[in-house]
Amino acid sequence: MSRPEEISPPEIFYGDTEASKYTSNSRIQTIQAQMTERALELLALPPDESAFLLDIGCGSGLSGEILDEEGHVWVGVDIAPSMLEVALEREVEGDLFLHDIGQGFGFRPGTFDGAISISVLQWLLNADSTSHSPSARLTRFFTTLHASLRNPSRAVFQFYPSSDDQVTMITAAAQRAGFGGGIVVDYPNSKKARKMYLCLMVGQQQPDQSRIPQGLQHEGQVDNKRDKARKRDEIQNERRRRRDDKAGQKRGKGGKVKGGQVNPKEWILKKKDLYRTRGKEGVPRDSKYTARKRRVQF
Amino acid sequence: MVRLITHNMLACHVRNCNKDNFPLIFSEVELVIRETPENLDFIRRFLPKLDWTALVDTARSLGDTTLPDEQPVEMTDDQLRALHHVLMEMHVEEGNMTCRGCGHVYPISNGIPNMLLAEHEVGR
Ligand SMILES: C[S@@+](CC[C@H](N)C(=O)[O-])C[C@H]1O[C@@H](n2cnc3c(N)ncnc32)[C@H](O)[C@@H]1O
Ligand SMILES: [Zn+2]
Repeated sequence: MSRPEEISPPEIFYGDTEASKYTSNSRIQTIQAQMTERALELLALPPDESAFLLDIGCGSGLSGEILDEEGHVWVGVDIAPSMLEVALEREVEGDLFLHDIGQGFGFRPGTFDGAISISVLQWLLNADSTSHSPSARLTRFFTTLHASLRNPSRAVFQFYPSSDDQVTMITAAAQRAGFGGGIVVDYPNSKKARKMYLCLMVGQQQPDQSRIPQGLQHEGQVDNKRDKARKRDEIQNERRRRRDDKAGQKRGKGGKVKGGQVNPKEWILKKKDLYRTRGKEGVPRDSKYTARKRRVQF
Repeated sequence: MVRLITHNMLACHVRNCNKDNFPLIFSEVELVIRETPENLDFIRRFLPKLDWTALVDTARSLGDTTLPDEQPVEMTDDQLRALHHVLMEMHVEEGNMTCRGCGHVYPISNGIPNMLLAEHEVGR
């Protein structure tokens, strides 16, 4: 079976149809949530403190939702408008940016207390619509990410490399950008549960945390996963209830009418048109949800 | 949604744009206020990261004049609350962010800024 990142660029692959299919699949929800929790564990943030985090390739907010539940404040970047649209629909708390991570970041030095990225990095090595080489994009990505992270801090990436060469290329680029750290493999002996994390470190870590963490060995080690999943469901239901209670109470401010601005629907649709005229296949149809205005709530 | 906490950390990332590339200037803004539970400890820990002058200028450009010109050495809880409001509750939903250095315009639509660069604008 070919891998999605070998089929088409991410903003095409994750069009409207795939974005909603992806996000509503309960198996995907559970796996992304578990991997996000594991990534947070590997981030080793100070306990019981809200941190300012970056979610790289945040997609429709499945990973960001966990950050919300843990009380963190976050910024999410993603290249797929349709995924971001779903994130808006789901009313995640993070600030969302339409951004190609291969173009690097403009965040000021030391902005983030940490970064996570769940199931994204493999995309940087594959089909994309720019003429820049994967290695140039990787380098720019890691260099500008390194600068935007606080010293000391960490960035943890769960990813699906297609070969050992890819792992080598990625870790080498991260090292050149100044990161320490390395690869953590959970459940290395399980075909299904095996997961790879790139655990990058900025600056001098706490003495007891300076070594690359151990991978998990036995699936029994996370038996409380199901409890966590149940708890998460409860929290989400509660959040939904609160949201619905408050819905409709709009209290806007300012509200100047903009002249000659591209509206979201326009630019997302325009983007799709552009791909269509370039003759790309698989451009999603325009749904009624396309760039729908988000409900204002408290 | 672009909150000012995020805007205060964001510079232009166009290639070779390294002068006057921060803060990005808002225009044609549609602002929405969303109440958010206070976490004053978080705000207090965030203080060293802020560019105060940029924050005050930006808040004022959006009509909020609650912040003093100079960053107070010790913040009272009331001052932290005002800061919480500016950083966490003011959301720019529509408008533009323009770089004073290179003139690049990052449009914000539906609360999402478009940070995509043309190929010739991408750094090396
Ligand atoms: C499998 S999804 C994961 C989304 C989210 N992290 C989660 O756990 O559900 C991969 C995401 O990576 C994003 N992505 C791929 N290449 C990207 C790039 N160059 N810049 C930004 N995002 C990218 C895709 O648009 C997609 O939303
Ligand atoms: Zn600029």
